This record gives sequence, structure tokens and C-alpha cells, in this order.
Amino acid sequence: MKSGLDIKIITNNPLVVRCLSDYYTIDYHEISFREILVKVRDMVYEGYELRTHPIAGSVKPNETPYKSIVVTKEKKGFNMEHANLCANAILTFDKFTPIGWTLPERILQDFQLIDYTLLAGALDFDAAAGLSKIP
Amino acid sequence: MKLELGFIQIKDIQFSNECAVKDGILYVNADDVKAFVYENDDVKAYIESIELDIAKPGESVRITPVKDVIEPRVKVEGPGGIFPGVVSKVDTVGSGKTHVLKGMAVVTAGKIVGFQEGIIDMTGTGAQYTPFSKTLNLVLVVKPVAGTKQHDYERAVRFAGLRAATFIGELGRNLVPDETKTYETYGVIEGYNKLPGLPRVGYLHMLQTQGLLHDTYVYGVDAKRIVATLLNPTETMDGAILSGNCVSACDKNTTYHHLNNPVVAELFEQHGKTINYVCNIITNENVYLADKQRGSDWAAKLTKLLDLDAVIVSEEGFGNPDADLIMNCVKNEKQGIKTVLITDEYAGQDGKSQSLADSDPLADAVVSGGNANMVIVLPPMDKVIGTLDFVDVIAGGHAGSLRPDGSIEAELQVITGATNEMGFNCMSAR
Repeated sequence: MKSGLDIKIITNNPLVVRCLSDYYTIDYHEISFREILVKVRDMVYEGYELRTHPIAGSVKPNETPYKSIVVTKEKKGFNMEHANLCANAILTFDKFTPIGWTLPERILQDFQLIDYTLLAGALDFDAAAGLSKIP
Repeated sequence: MKLELGFIQIKDIQFSNECAVKDGILYVNADDVKAFVYENDDVKAYIESIELDIAKPGESVRITPVKDVIEPRVKVEGPGGIFPGVVSKVDTVGSGKTHVLKGMAVVTAGKIVGFQEGIIDMTGTGAQYTPFSKTLNLVLVVKPVAGTKQHDYERAVRFAGLRAATFIGELGRNLVPDETKTYETYGVIEGYNKLPGLPRVGYLHMLQTQGLLHDTYVYGVDAKRIVATLLNPTETMDGAILSGNCVSACDKNTTYHHLNNPVVAELFEQHGKTINYVCNIITNENVYLADKQRGSDWAAKLTKLLDLDAVIVSEEGFGNPDADLIMNCVKNEKQGIKTVLITDEYAGQDGKSQSLADSDPLADAVVSGGNANMVIVLPPMDKVIGTLDFVDVIAGGHAGSLRPDGSIEAELQVITGATNEMGFNCMSAR
């Protein structure tokens, strides 16, 4: 498991809060997938560095509403490469056709799970152990 | 390392009260297959039922949601067994003799998550885009015990498919193959002496490794936890690499793809004629940026250490793996090793958007497996194996994707293997 001392998680996924808040600093926002990308891009402009790639997994950005990105806790100085990654992530998001439905609760939970397990994979965190704490 | 593959052509599959291959016909007793599959703790604990079905080319049948596709094989000579570290013991495979039941596949279906994709149509428009409309498919529809967590279900379905394929493969042990082929690569010095002057070419094989539904296993190890390493190409033919990946149907590498890797096949075809095929290098596609750097650094270190002249790089999935792909390209090109990349495109439904999430001028030799955003309409089928419950919410689908008459309008990404990034598909010019 990666240390949480120098990183924080920017997320709109409530499952991430439930499973990881004992171990990591979490910035939870009730905003859209795209708004998370924009928020993180703006943080990179301010000098925070990315620790995970802003597009994770092969779940398409227009179908899942959830996004979690790991950044540094402290500003490290402007990183051009990371700013490019963020810009490309937003471009990638925008080229997918917007989804035209309201997702049922069970599907939402599955999307939360996938975002969480991708994040857990990145953090070397035992995803199953985190889930087992949820009643 | 040298491996002989013996191909046994399967012409038909029929349910029967016995299990055997006679005159090219596979007879299957479903209860015997299930009994063998259930000899596994995970399957016992998490799988409530397994239904077997058969789908043949040309039939009006739709299989969905597909999890994995596996070719039955059995090791008849040499160390180890098929799927080392998972079904067989962990001995190093890739030498001796292996029998292959050609023309058929074991397909697993089960909705592990609600939006899961993966469609194989045996006829119509969809059939043109998946290689698995041309195989005789023995399908396992695997249902979980109520309350099973998705990651336990995924593992149990993975084991169920591998065990079923192993059981079927075993039926080919004592048969005389219709055709045999031998594959051999050499040690570094041996190869240099035997094939003087030929360019030294390696295959950099990127494995999807990101978490639940996005994993690949090598000798039973979750490839997320490896650093780039070497493999004899023949090891892949004995099931050293297998798929735990059940999203991104169009560009995930199923276990069948790993066993029949067309990059490996084509490099062997040219081996000793136009090139010296040195080895495979496997590397992963992790989400953490430091892992991406480490992975591509190590892969480039190995290609240099092996004095390669060129390397073929194949990707799996899309999005952040594009970053790994470009890093693998740039780092090799900068040390004078020519690269050819194999990928696919997400270029929007009109094909006008940027195809990859990353790019670099050094990536000047790229093979595309097709545009996964392309819209297709799949006609209704008479029979569905699995379920259509979630077709509206699969990737590339949208509200109303599943029309009242049973037809589906969706993007190409829903079709298993449609834009495969090893080139094992129907979209490329040949």
C-alpha cells in the first residue's frame, strides 16, 4: 500500500470515501466526471502534480459518472507534462457522445466499484479488504 | 526453446452422453465438464449454476455478455501443463509438444458488472467484426451465488472457463494431429551465430493491468505487480498469459488471443528468413504515473541489453495505456531501436477526432485495428445465450440501444475482438 503522507485523492465517488478515508486524504466533491478533470487540471496549473493518469481503465469516460485522481498534497511547481495529460484527458472525454439516460442504482454502484478498484490498484491497496468493511 | 504444435481440426460440437473427439467431432457430456469445473474452491464457493450451450458459425445466435474466450489445448510432451500457475503447476512451459483443438473455443458468459460489454453474433453484421463468429463455440453461462462480490465472481468465472477448456483440451491428448508446426527461438549468442546479419527483432507485449475487470495474469501472477521481463514466445502458446479482463470488448486480449498471438505467429513466419526473432518482452499498463515510467524504462533497458534492432509494440485497451504505448515508442526510438506500434482508434463516431489520448512525432509507424467508435446496427437474433438485460448501458450503447425488435444500435466497441490490438481481427487490410 502506498503511503498517504504526500498524496491526496480528488474524487466524486462515494465508495472511495467509504473504503479509503481511514488511509488517505480525500477531497470529495459532488460534481461530474468532467468537472473532476477540470478541477484537477486547474490544480496542476496551480502547481500540484499528478500521481495517477487522469484517464484510468478502459471504462469509457462518457458512460461512468465516477472519477478519482491522485495528486500531490503539496504544490511542487508547474509540470508541463501533467498539464498536457489533463488537457488530453478533457479532449478525450469531449469526443465521446454524451450518455442519454439516467443510470439505475445497481449500475451506479458497479461504476463506483470499478473506479474504486482502479484507484486501489494504483495505490497498491487491497481492494477486497476495503470492501469487506462495508456492511 | 522449441515447441511443436499439433493441430486437431474440430468440425462440429455435439452434446452426448460421453466426452470424446471422433473424426473431428467433439462430443460433450455437459455434466462431466461441470463436474471437472467444480473441482475448484472458488467455483464451489461462488458459482450457483453453469449452463452449457453450443453456438455454431452461421446460426442466428447472440452470446453476451462475453467474459473470456479460450482455445482448448493439452500438453503431451515436455515440462509443465496448460495454464501454468493456475490450472497446472507453475513449471516453465513452451517446449515439447502441445495439441490444439482448432476451429473451436470455450466462451464464458456472465454479467459480472451491470454495464459489462462483449457481444459475439454468429451471423449478420456483428459476425463480420468478431473472429469468434467463425469458431464453434462451447459456451458456459456462469451464474453466481446470491450476494457474491464482483471480484470473487470474476475470479470464479475465470477459473471455470480455464478448467472447462483444460478438460476439453485433454480429449485431444491421444489423437494424431491433422497438421503439426514447430516453433523455435534461440539463446542470444546461439541466435546471433545461427542467423548472422539478420535484424534482431523483439516483441514488446503490453498487458492490461489496472484492477478489477482490467487484469492479466502471467504464470498465475497478477501482471500489475511485475516489472518488464522476458518470455520465450512459445510460452504464450501454452497459456503462460491469460486474461482476467472483461471490459473494453473490442480491444481486450482474450486468453484465445494470447494463445494465438498473431504478432508472435508473424514474427515466427519471418524468423530465420528476414529477421532474427529474439524474444518477447512483457510489460504492464498501470494507472500510477511512476509505474508507467518504471515499466517503459525497464522495457527500453531490456531491448537495449538484448541489442535489438527493432521492436513491435502491441497495446491493450485504450486511454491511459496510450501513454504507455507512446513512452515505449519514444524511449526505444531515442536509443536507436525502430518501433512499430499496433493500437486501435477512438476517433469519434465520425472518425474525425484525435485517435489516441497521447502522441509523439517519433511514433511514425503505427498499425490501426480500426475505429472503436464506429456505429453499427446488429440485427435481432433468434436465440440469445446469456442476457440482453444491460445492452442499453454497455460501452458504446446508449438509451434505446436495444430496440423493441431485438436489434441493437451501438458502437463497434461492444463486439468482442473487433479492433484487437494484436491485429487478430477482421478490420485490417491483409
